[in-house]
Amino acid sequence: MKLFLLNILLAISWSALTGNASLLNFLAGFAIGYAALALSPLETGGRDYFRRLPKALGLLIYFLRELLVSGWRTAREVLSPVRRSQPRVIRVPVELRERNQVLLLSQLISLTPGTLVLDVSPTANALYVHTMFVGDPEQFRRELREGLEKRVREVLD
Amino acid sequence: MWITEWLIAALILGGSFFGFTAALGLVRMPDIYMRMSTSGKAATLCCGLLLAGVAILFQDAKVTARAVAAILFLLLTVPVGAHMIARAAFRTRSPMWEDTVLEDDPRPAAPAEDG
Repeated sequence: MKLFLLNILLAISWSALTGNASLLNFLAGFAIGYAALALSPLETGGRDYFRRLPKALGLLIYFLRELLVSGWRTAREVLSPVRRSQPRVIRVPVELRERNQVLLLSQLISLTPGTLVLDVSPTANALYVHTMFVGDPEQFRRELREGLEKRVREVLD
Repeated sequence: MWITEWLIAALILGGSFFGFTAALGLVRMPDIYMRMSTSGKAATLCCGLLLAGVAILFQDAKVTARAVAAILFLLLTVPVGAHMIARAAFRTRSPMWEDTVLEDDPRPAAPAEDG
């Protein structure tokens, strides 16, 4: 986290020094700062950051793809005269220890069109998810476990 | 730059398309859960694409910063709102569409209907 802030600071100084405050230039500054930080000698334990940031970017890209694909699917469902969806409420067990991980996961699930988290079990070890296009609940659980949940754990663990 | 122009056009048209389907979903879907699913999230996609298009169109730091901030806040608030509304509906037993498959109902048994 400290390194992330430092990285942002480097990007801001890059924008200031080059006198160009556009987003693209800021991102370039961020990338250069990231490389500089990755090359500099740091105390051990600070290394986590370099493992996490690529994972976080991976999660973001994975999620944006999911968002577009399922957005397109719900749009088609709304527009088509025949109803093809089969709504289901599925209990999804999650193996995340911390509450903020559960929060991030349920936020991401709720953001995806077609799936909606209805409730979290009191001990936060299962989510009740309302889905529109899932044929096989078992497969949905597996996809979630190996897709979003794994990535969330990699980023926040 | 014809590439940027096409990109902007695609983003704004795509955003409008999702906005349209979100509005249509409100009318067409049979129960509150599916309405939340189709409209709430498609609206995020709609606003996100539109704002991205605007940011690219203006190519101005002020506009870009605001667009990015607006998208971030949308991503932060929309799922919380959708989840809270859906949870309230779920706990107060708002009726689901008849074909919905409900496995392992976590809610306590239905209270006796009074009156």
